[in-house]
Formats: sequence, C-alpha cells, structure tokens
Amino acid sequence: MARWQGQLIKVDDYRWKIPQDYKAGMRVPGLIYASQEMLESMLEEQTPEQVANVAFLPGIVGYSMAMPDIHWGYGFPIGGVAATTVKEGVVSPGGVGYDINCGVRLLRTDLSEAEVRPRIEELVNELFTNVPSGLGSEGKIRVNQREMERLMVEGARWAVKRGLGREEDLDVTEENGCLAGADPGKISDRATKRGTPQAGTLGSGNHFLEVQVVKKVFDSRAADAMGITEAGQVLVLIHTGSRGFGHQVCTDHLRVMEQAVSKYGISLPDRQLACAPIESPEGRDYLAAMACAANYAWTNRQCIAHWVRESFSQVFGKGPDKLGMKQVYDVAHNIAKIEEHTVDGRRVKVCVHRKGATRSFPAGHKDIPECYREVGQPVLVPGDMGRRSFVAVGTQKAMSETFGSTCHGAGRMMSRGAAKRRIKGADVIRDLKDRGITVKTGSIFDLAEEASQAYKDISEVMEVVHQVGISRKVAMAVPMGVIKG
Amino acid sequence: MEKRFDVLDHTADIGIIAYGTDIRQLFSNAALGLFSLITDLEGIEEKLNLSLKVKSEDREGLLVAWLNELIYVFDARHLLIRRCDIDNLTHTQLRATCHGENFDPAKHRIKRGIKAATYHMLKVNKNAEGYRAQVILDI
Repeated sequence: MARWQGQLIKVDDYRWKIPQDYKAGMRVPGLIYASQEMLESMLEEQTPEQVANVAFLPGIVGYSMAMPDIHWGYGFPIGGVAATTVKEGVVSPGGVGYDINCGVRLLRTDLSEAEVRPRIEELVNELFTNVPSGLGSEGKIRVNQREMERLMVEGARWAVKRGLGREEDLDVTEENGCLAGADPGKISDRATKRGTPQAGTLGSGNHFLEVQVVKKVFDSRAADAMGITEAGQVLVLIHTGSRGFGHQVCTDHLRVMEQAVSKYGISLPDRQLACAPIESPEGRDYLAAMACAANYAWTNRQCIAHWVRESFSQVFGKGPDKLGMKQVYDVAHNIAKIEEHTVDGRRVKVCVHRKGATRSFPAGHKDIPECYREVGQPVLVPGDMGRRSFVAVGTQKAMSETFGSTCHGAGRMMSRGAAKRRIKGADVIRDLKDRGITVKTGSIFDLAEEASQAYKDISEVMEVVHQVGISRKVAMAVPMGVIKG
Repeated sequence: MEKRFDVLDHTADIGIIAYGTDIRQLFSNAALGLFSLITDLEGIEEKLNLSLKVKSEDREGLLVAWLNELIYVFDARHLLIRRCDIDNLTHTQLRATCHGENFDPAKHRIKRGIKAATYHMLKVNKNAEGYRAQVILDI
C-alpha cells in the first residue's frame, strides 16, 4: 500500500488535523491523536484516508476523530470516534462494527501473585474447562426462542436473574448491562439462529480471558475506589463481544442501509460507510437491533464472569466473596450511544459512534456509578496477549474534546498473514512461558496471529491519551495466565 | 489447473481475490477461497448437497451477499463446503448447489472464524483473461 500523501497539520505533539478541504465532501475536519512515531505507521497504512472518509457522514459534528490505537479498518478506521446529531445526522452500522459491544470486564480479587502463581496451570485449565471458548463452541446455557428474546431486552440482568452473577455487578457495568430501546422484532431469524447456541461463549480471534497481576499503581485514589490496592494483586480480564449474533445483526442492517443511502440521497466515498438518518425507520431499526446485540454481549460477559468466579472457588477452595472477587467495571468498545454533549457552546443530543474506542466520562457525570462519581469512570484498555493492560479513568477533557471517548487497546500493526509468516504458534507459547505466562488455546493456528509483535505497544498508546488528558492512567497489570478461544 | 483464488493480506483483516474465466466460475471460486480460510479444502468430503438462493441490488452486492450466506451456513448450520455449482446467475440473483459435509471437530481443523464479508474495497473487474473479484472479510 502506498504511503498516504494527504495534508496533515500539526496541532501539537499529539494532535494532527486533516483540513476539511482535503477532500470535497468532508463536512468536518479530521483529528488524529498520535505521537510523531505512531503517525508514521498510520501514514504507511493510509489510515488517515479513512478518517477523512468518515467526515462525509451527514450530521457529523466536531471532528472525525482517531484515537492513537487506530488502524486500518473497513469503512471506519478501528479506533475511530464520530458524533452525529440526532436531529440531522445518520447512524452507520460500520461505525460500530460487526462485533457489536465487543468489550471488556475486569474483576479484582484479594489474591496475591504469590498465592496464584504456584497454581496457575491448574487455574488456567479450570477456566478453560468452565468457560466455553473457541470456534464452534456452544454455550453451557440452553436458551429457547422466548428466552433469547428476553435476553436481548434485559441484557446482563437476564443472567443475574438466573443466578449467574449478582445485582451489584450490574451497578458497575456501562448502561447497567442493558441498553434501552432493544426490540427483538428487528432481529432476523438468521441472527437468532446464529446467536442462540453461542450465548455464554468466549469465541475466538482476538478474544481472551486473562489472569493478571498488578505491576504498577499510578493513581492510588482512583485505584482504591476500584479495589485495586497494590502491586502483586491478582485481577481477571474478560474480553469478548456479541459473537455470531452481533455479526449477523450488522450484516443484515448494512444491507438495509445500502438501499437507504440512495433512498435518502446520501453521498459516501466508501460503500462500507452505509448509513441512514437516525430519525428514519432504517436508522431506528438498526439502533433497536444494535441494542439487542449490545445486551447479548453484556449477558455473555456476565455469564463468563460467573464461571470465572466458580473456577477460582474450585481451585482455591473458598467462595468468591472470601476471595474478594468483585467486578471493577465493564465497558463497551464497539457501540453507538445517544448522549448529550456540548457542541459550539450548545447542549446537543448526538449519536456517538465508538468503533474501537472506550467511553471516558469524568468524575461527577450522572451516568457513572456512585462508587466512581468522585474519581471518574473506569476505562479498561487491554493490550496484546503477552504484554500489559491498563486501567484508567475518564476526564473532563474527554468530554470537551472527544465526546467522552478514549483509546481501546493496542491496535494491530502487522497483518495476520505477516504475523503468521514470521511467527509460529508453538514459539509464541514458549516465548510466553519464558516470561511466566501460561497459555491455553483451542487453536494454536490462531495464536501467531495474536502475538505481541503484531500489535503496537499499548504503553505508547496510553502515554498519548494520558498526556493529551482524554483519560488518566490508574494502574497497569501484566498477564500470568491466558485463555484464548 | 488455473489459479482459483489468492489470499489478500490486510492489517486488521483478510481478503480474498477470486478469479474466473466467466462470472459463474468467479462466484464459485470466491466461495472456495472463503472456505479455504476456514479449513483445509482437501479435508472436506462431498457428502451432502445444499441449495442456496441469494439476491442483491447489483453484482458487487451479490458477491458480498453470497459470501455472507456461506458464512451463515458455516456459523449457524455447521456445514463445510468444498465445491459449488452456480446453477443460475444474473446481476442481482444467484442460485447454487453446494457440496460438502457437516463440520466434525474430530476431523476438521478450523483455522479461524469469519464474522462477515464487507463492502470495503470491494471490486469485480473484467480483463482479457476473465474476471477478478476482491472482497475483504472481517475476522
């Protein structure tokens, strides 16, 4: 791919603007958050072109934004943020992605590294047995058509009502694990057929379940509020989404949007950006279906969290309460949310598309749980499989600059094919083992594709968002055991 | 045998470039390209037939719809396909008979899951040698 030749204006060390006149049809300028070094790989990849393309969306306000973990996607870049006004704007399924509400959930424990490390093999095996993962895996929960519809409407609460988790988990889940407006009537039979057997499964690809140990605490006040107290403490991170259900919802509605584009006379530079006015039947139908998939993903993470607690209890011979296994938070990384933001000094209702981006609401915001009201919403940023993950909090700066959004992960740097040519799955396991990380996977073939070398360094990504101030670092943890689907 | 398809390498995803002397062969080869990314084609036996019908607005859209149909066939019905006869094809409609077997975890090694075929960088071209199509898949 040729290097991107468009125009970039340096705003400061971490912000780069694509002027609105770069391409006829852009409704707002583009804004990329990156260090000079990171920008180089973005230019090689042509990613700024996708940032410019998103600026074509009718009703977009502010900037078409790219977080530092941005990489080349399809239509929207991954790591893209775009807000469109509810009154005049569009919603684009491509701005959410196929894996609707792919996200992460973090659990804390009272266990220390010294207690867990000697039993990590046993624990990883137990988790691998208890949490259905991998391709073609089917859930332990059996759901019929009627239950599936309830699950779509109720979200994580559906699982809690059935004894999978507890009420307080919902308090510390974005949207309390249930996005309003879900309508199973907008879900195709195919999506239901694809999704029903996969409920409560981890999946494959970049999805994982990690036993981590805290290495560093940057902000002890915020960390305290999360129950993260010191280096050496053990955490568990769950990363998964809406499985085949979300994929089919996106596929189905993109087809509808394809027709909507000509119906509403919308002109776009890339077919994959297909969209419809938020206030149109097509737009409303998509949002109602997307909410079903988002709720499915929250249910999924809720079930998995429950089985994680059971696995720890099994191995350590104590109940989850005795082990202090409380949920820190659960955030979506792929979602479109109707929120109120200030645009040009006025409060406006907008649809914030976060495709590979995390909500980053500040202290005091009404939509964050009581326990975090004073420190800000937890932002959970997993790195790649072998390195490290971060916990951060949302800030006022994010509210005023990025529609309350920040980065979501490391961001790919190497294609899957290139990773596989250079790296062998067996070598990845050995390399991780050498660094004290036990891995269990259903597919060794997949493993090389997810090797550390294929990703940007998460620390650099975090440094940019921390310096710019759209989220603030709280703690850093490294993996000790990994289950990869 | 002539080249049927290539795998296109893309940072976040994977694509296929399918070839065909005519448009039917192009659609048939695109299907094989897709299943070759899921598992080794040689490991699939022709034990059952499946008739599929797909519609779309134009030829490019039809190719995406066709591949999405096959992704559904694997993900929801757990069928692996090794050969497709395109029985009828217009710009907007396709009817095919697919040959393959049920996925058997003891027998088939699954390389990766595929979420969907996208419209991104979608191309169907004709040149002197025949047809060429490019589709990016989200995996």
